[in-house]
Amino acid sequence: MRLHIRNGRVIDPANNVDTVQDLWIADGRILATGSAPADFRAERSIDAAGLVVCPGLIDLCAHLREPGQEHKATIASETAAAAAAGVTTLVCPPDTDPVIDTPAVANLIQQRAQTAGKTRVLTLGALTQGLKGSQLSEMGALKAAGCVGISNARRPVANTMVMRRAMEYAATHDLTVFLHADDPWLSNHGCVHEGQVASRLGLAGIPEAAETVAVARDLALVQQTGVRAHFCRLSTAQSIRMVARAQYDGLPVSADVSAHQLHLTEIDVSDFNSQCHVLPPLRTQRDRDGLRAGLAKGTLQAICSDHQPHEADAKLAPFAATAPGISALETLLPLSLRLAAEGVMSLPEIIARLTHQPARLLGLEGGALGVGAAADVCLFNPDENWELTTEHMLSRGRNTPFAGWQFKGRAAMTIYNGEIVFERETKD
Amino acid sequence: MPRNIQLDEQGRLRHFLSIEGLKRSVLVDILDLAESFAGVTEQTIKKVPLLRGKTIVNLFFEASTRTRVTFELAAKRLSADVLNVNINASSTVKGETLLDTLQNLEAMHCDMFVVRHADSGAAQFIAEHVLPHVHVINAGDGRHAHPTQAMLDMFTIRRVKGEFAPLTVAIVGDVLHSRVARSQINALTTLGVNEVRVIAPKTLLPKEVETLGVHVYHDLRQGLRDVDVVIALRLQHERMQGAMLPSEHEYFQLYGITQEKLALAKPDVTIMHPGPINRGVEIASEVADGPRSVILQQVTHGIAVRMAVMAMAMGSTPLEKNA
Repeated sequence: MRLHIRNGRVIDPANNVDTVQDLWIADGRILATGSAPADFRAERSIDAAGLVVCPGLIDLCAHLREPGQEHKATIASETAAAAAAGVTTLVCPPDTDPVIDTPAVANLIQQRAQTAGKTRVLTLGALTQGLKGSQLSEMGALKAAGCVGISNARRPVANTMVMRRAMEYAATHDLTVFLHADDPWLSNHGCVHEGQVASRLGLAGIPEAAETVAVARDLALVQQTGVRAHFCRLSTAQSIRMVARAQYDGLPVSADVSAHQLHLTEIDVSDFNSQCHVLPPLRTQRDRDGLRAGLAKGTLQAICSDHQPHEADAKLAPFAATAPGISALETLLPLSLRLAAEGVMSLPEIIARLTHQPARLLGLEGGALGVGAAADVCLFNPDENWELTTEHMLSRGRNTPFAGWQFKGRAAMTIYNGEIVFERETKD
Repeated sequence: MPRNIQLDEQGRLRHFLSIEGLKRSVLVDILDLAESFAGVTEQTIKKVPLLRGKTIVNLFFEASTRTRVTFELAAKRLSADVLNVNINASSTVKGETLLDTLQNLEAMHCDMFVVRHADSGAAQFIAEHVLPHVHVINAGDGRHAHPTQAMLDMFTIRRVKGEFAPLTVAIVGDVLHSRVARSQINALTTLGVNEVRVIAPKTLLPKEVETLGVHVYHDLRQGLRDVDVVIALRLQHERMQGAMLPSEHEYFQLYGITQEKLALAKPDVTIMHPGPINRGVEIASEVADGPRSVILQQVTHGIAVRMAVMAMAMGSTPLEKNA
């Protein structure tokens, strides 16, 4: 589609742009910015006055539930929700059923995402076969099938030798290893942060050390193997300090945080609220502040949704018996924008952590709006006040602790590969 | 703070799920009413007609003998009809959720569920999902709370000591896994005792336990100094497997309540235990059976206290209490 986006505030952190200017799109690419190309006849001219025009969001982790758990959600349902959230690229972790440990599964997901046509879906391949933590997966084949990295998802690799070999083999194939730092003996089937709320409610706690011990081990192995590593969903202030130190020492290490960890703490679990049952668990105010500081300083490069849609029944049980996770795609941008309102970071800095920076650590060109770039664009009104109601969510999963929250700003239009894949109907 | 679903709009007890969030006056009302029922249980005709025509279901997802039996006796002495439902893991294996089980029982028009469940928060979950006229009593949920046990302990302490304000109470042992201890701590601090101590090795204490309002001791001898009441907690045998403790022998040496260690406490110290006791592990037989022990009285008081809680939750207290 030939599009002309007029008078929007273009925020393109990769190119250091934050100015009101026009954008011209043709053949799925950014054709021009600022001054009009010759002989351009737009099929649609979009008035973006008052809107922010930024690269489409890149979400480093969204569970789509397909294949294997279609009763929770499907690729079609969740990519539609992603488009409505301004997300144009999302990364699907390998813990599908079957696991993404063969090119066939990776290809299946790609094909279904292409059929749905709402957003780009990238896959992480399994680090070990069946995510069982014992035998290496065929990383060469997975890379050839398009996997952008490898990971054992939330299944810890307990055997340190297996982890070492997996890192060496991944480094051989120039693959980034996506790590979920969790020492299974220390987390020991816990369901909340080991702290005052766990003690009060009598819920099994996951100590801070369950994360920091694993971060320490994996950093030592990164140093030995030289592999590029990315820590997913860090939850403690102490891990941020450890990763910052490793980055200072020159290790090829990056990290991300889920949007909910930047806003909720263990206190939100106080009433056995199963919507706040997440892994890693919500931790203390001090940890939340540490995560925010790590994000502002650049120790953490990306904010992701860690989207985990569930059917209603999955959350209807006593706390520990409920399934962990939040249906989070549709709150990724609004929760991130709150950080600007709360003075944590500027709007361009936030957008960088949702676009250009995750693209870079995935080794992608995307997340930028320069001439010639893929036309993945998100338009949002940063001043729109709205309230999240579960009935209006597009995701099949309505499991969110943010129902009833007042937000400012959400996606108004999403353009993926030069096509409008989402446009919010205005009320008037 | 989230709304307290234990209370109705007028602030009266509707469910009894946890001591936390209840005012001192509610706890004192329970103790006072239990005192009036204690007379009933000592008469030859042990029944009052307060809950005639009501159906109470003992819904036990976890094995229990004493707690279930005292709840059953309490309900029968209030003239209610009692149904005992023991649900083991097999129903969950069949795919029936807790909510399914609940709805099936509700279809039988019950008025009250007395619930024991292995998951913390289970009683609250059930209270959040029952029909508006159904009342829920927590008979123990995971490691979270066992409020009727705590109240019968408070009843026993008040009978022996008279008042709470001057007391120093030590809770000894596996606080980490104990729903009883959590409820006792909440009850003792709400009723305004002078000091609550917990005495245990670090492996058996919850993180940041002092935020519950207790003083922490790791040395039993120091912790017992000048206490008025000692509550020993049951030590499960499986704690040896989880690398929580080296041996029962060492535990008894360091944390077992013995005559000799009790010499450090006040001379009129009262010894309590929620039962069942492990003789020679957390408590010496001579202490459990000795003159300072009120362990069997605790069991007796359980009936009157549970009668009081059931009657209050159902809004059927004797007239003078409603005034």
